[in-house]
Amino acid sequence: MRRGSIVALLGIGLVAGGVATAVALIPTWLPPARSEEAGRIDFVTWFVIAICIALFAIVAAAMIYSIVKFKAAPDDLEDGPSIHGHTGLEIGWTAIPFVLVTAIAIVCAIVLSKNDAQGANPLHIDVQAQQFAWTFSYPDAGNATSPVLLLPVNRSVELYMRSLDVVHSFYVPEFRETQDIVPGLVTQLHITPNHVGTYRVICHELCGLGHGLMRTEVKVIPQKAFDAWVAQQKSGSSG
Amino acid sequence: MRKLLLGPGWIRAAWMFVAFGAIGLGIVVLCRWSAGWYPLLLTEPCVLISLLVAAPLGFLAGLGAFDYWTNYVLGKPTPAHEDHSGHGAKSWKDYFRVNTDHKVIGVQYLVTTVIFFLIGGMLALLVRAELARPETDYFGPQTYNSLFSVHASLMIFLFIIPAFAGLANFVVPLMLGAADMAFPRLNALSFWLLPIAGVMMVSSFIVGAFAGGWTGYATLNSTHQPIGAIFFNQGVQWAGASSIMTALNFLVTIITMRAPGMTFWRMPLLVWANFTTSLLVVIATPFIAGSQFFSMFDHVMHTAFFTPVGGGYPLGYQHIFWFYSHPAVYIMMLPGFGIMSEVISTFSRKPIFGYRLMALSLMAIVVLGFSVWAHHMFTSGMSSWLRDPMMITTLLIAVPTGIKIFSWLATMWEGKLHFNTPMLFALGFLSMFVIGGLSGVMLGAVPIDISVTDSYFIVAHIHYVLFGGSVFTIFAGIYYWFPKMTGRMYDERLGKLHFWLTFVGFNLTFFPMHIVGTEGMQRRVENYTGNFGGLNMFISLASFGLGCSVLVFLYNMITSWRFGEIAPGNPWRAMTLEWLVSSPPPTFNFDEIPQVVGSPYEYGVVGAQHAILAPSKVPELEEVHT
Repeated sequence: MRRGSIVALLGIGLVAGGVATAVALIPTWLPPARSEEAGRIDFVTWFVIAICIALFAIVAAAMIYSIVKFKAAPDDLEDGPSIHGHTGLEIGWTAIPFVLVTAIAIVCAIVLSKNDAQGANPLHIDVQAQQFAWTFSYPDAGNATSPVLLLPVNRSVELYMRSLDVVHSFYVPEFRETQDIVPGLVTQLHITPNHVGTYRVICHELCGLGHGLMRTEVKVIPQKAFDAWVAQQKSGSSG
Repeated sequence: MRKLLLGPGWIRAAWMFVAFGAIGLGIVVLCRWSAGWYPLLLTEPCVLISLLVAAPLGFLAGLGAFDYWTNYVLGKPTPAHEDHSGHGAKSWKDYFRVNTDHKVIGVQYLVTTVIFFLIGGMLALLVRAELARPETDYFGPQTYNSLFSVHASLMIFLFIIPAFAGLANFVVPLMLGAADMAFPRLNALSFWLLPIAGVMMVSSFIVGAFAGGWTGYATLNSTHQPIGAIFFNQGVQWAGASSIMTALNFLVTIITMRAPGMTFWRMPLLVWANFTTSLLVVIATPFIAGSQFFSMFDHVMHTAFFTPVGGGYPLGYQHIFWFYSHPAVYIMMLPGFGIMSEVISTFSRKPIFGYRLMALSLMAIVVLGFSVWAHHMFTSGMSSWLRDPMMITTLLIAVPTGIKIFSWLATMWEGKLHFNTPMLFALGFLSMFVIGGLSGVMLGAVPIDISVTDSYFIVAHIHYVLFGGSVFTIFAGIYYWFPKMTGRMYDERLGKLHFWLTFVGFNLTFFPMHIVGTEGMQRRVENYTGNFGGLNMFISLASFGLGCSVLVFLYNMITSWRFGEIAPGNPWRAMTLEWLVSSPPPTFNFDEIPQVVGSPYEYGVVGAQHAILAPSKVPELEEVHT
């Protein structure tokens, strides 16, 4: 390959990569991450996006360069050179993607196991989903129930989820985690919210005609406020 | 008069449809009466047996799909065998009967599937009309959910999968140097199952369409749906049976009917692609048949395959369903890969780069394709350890796919590129499929998947893969073989216009869906929070533009088929066998069996040939009929 074409390829690749990077950075793609798990998941997302941008730039460079450079005149009836392959290249574009996807898989497996590991003193909450409502109950608070999910900030929370009818799915965009709720099973989801605030809980699996309206809120509150709520619920249930 | 009523055709099909429906109804009533079950005319079993099983069989029998076999069994003479009267098309009427000519069947497939593409597309536009604004505007949730469910089912089962079967039906026997498919009557039957499946899915709107999504998850679809759900269950069975029969036919044809000299390593990659696709179809499709039967039994007969009360397992449905429906993604992709290899090589005037690795990566996709199904279920509640191996196989499948993309790029390198419409669609495919593939790698990574699953990011990904991927290759294939099929050239200017409208409209429609998805907009809702309103309005407007681009395609196809310039035998100067005969080819394809002497992609070698036909036997143009 001539030096000129290498420069041209690099140039197109950089421009394409730059455009893709701009598309990745300029719109607000993700809502703010509001749990420790979400932070790790976002790391994976940007790690994979970086690899994807590089691959996109390579393909775009080769393609755009070919389109411009190798365009034949309509009356040009000649053929291109009879090239059938190149073993080195073929090994290269088998091996390099193999290494890249292996790296992605390793990073993902690590993040996944970290996200599933409970912290000290996890809070146990039972979630009941049905067409088209959510009920959250707190065994540690005298089985108090609430239509809104109340969580103390910075504490490991384990949701134990049951469905009364069809498959539903628990999703909070700011927590980045989806977990289906299947009739006949108890499914689990681990969250460690790390910012006080109110976020949307939405059903993420088509569950019937009210699916779009099966929404509620999660309120992440300071530990003290949560303790006060628990005490109030306990006294309420005993008195 | 007697012949009109009793001979094969649409009149006999009409009365046999009614008669078989009545017999089916009678069987149900008789069974219920003898068992003492009342009411005798319970809607669901009656509709199922009478309308969705017996009546379509009557229609097929009336049309004559079983005549040869019935006569054979009854010991009557079977003249069709000797005089080939069911073969070839002399007038347009021949396209409306049971025809055993693979070229006629190919065209039947393509026209039928394009009609369902139009219906499915219009349903999508209705979906977008509703989504233009956040509130519920035109449709309640039942109608809205039916719209996207039927849209997806039609596009998958009645357009993409059978459109590829149609293209391959026309092209594969020609490329092999064969006179027809191995089993022409089976081929005819498999085509006629298809309109039955399509009419079933569309007509479910009349009775209350299924609204559980094309995935039809239990228990929502098996117990909580109107009767339209069984129209979906049965529609999938008819389409699936059609797929399996066609795939068996392709496998036998490719294995046994190759012309002398056509070794496996001399087959064009389109043939390789359909060989591997057929393997997938034959192995995987019975699984979706099983899932739909069980789901329907739960619905109609109150069994408990997937209902926990009674011991069923809802995730069982998902596992069986995806054990088909993930390989189905490759069923919808590999034939397109085949088309890409033909088009890119021909219009780059260069041999396919790394031919053997291209064929082997198809095989690798087949094998790996069966080990990735549960990546649709990362959040489903299945055993959590299963996520890691499924993630690894899913990411690994990017390797053979990447090989194909890099090899096409290398095929173009230093070539002599001609940008006719098929090539434009091929390049559009390459760029869009890369984006869809990369978002696929993101979704293969479990942590990313659980953060965006069931959001519009998934909708964007599937459309980049199936529209930017499969549909672009179908368009490329239709333009590429249009001269061979019709004997006329399409209008190149309109073709290019169609490409650019589609390419731009496609990206404006589907790219912003990535953004609303990651921002947290869930799919399958007609009513969403106002912060997504702006982008959704933009997407809807773009989708109407995309819809209009199809009109250019239709106009071009219809007028060119009627009035287009007469096509020469080999307008693209390609090397594979179908271009060695006239356009359209003679009834039995080759007047003399071709002798294959070399690679199908020997561009750049002076005097190189893929196959030899005796020059005196090259068919004349007067055999052309339209």
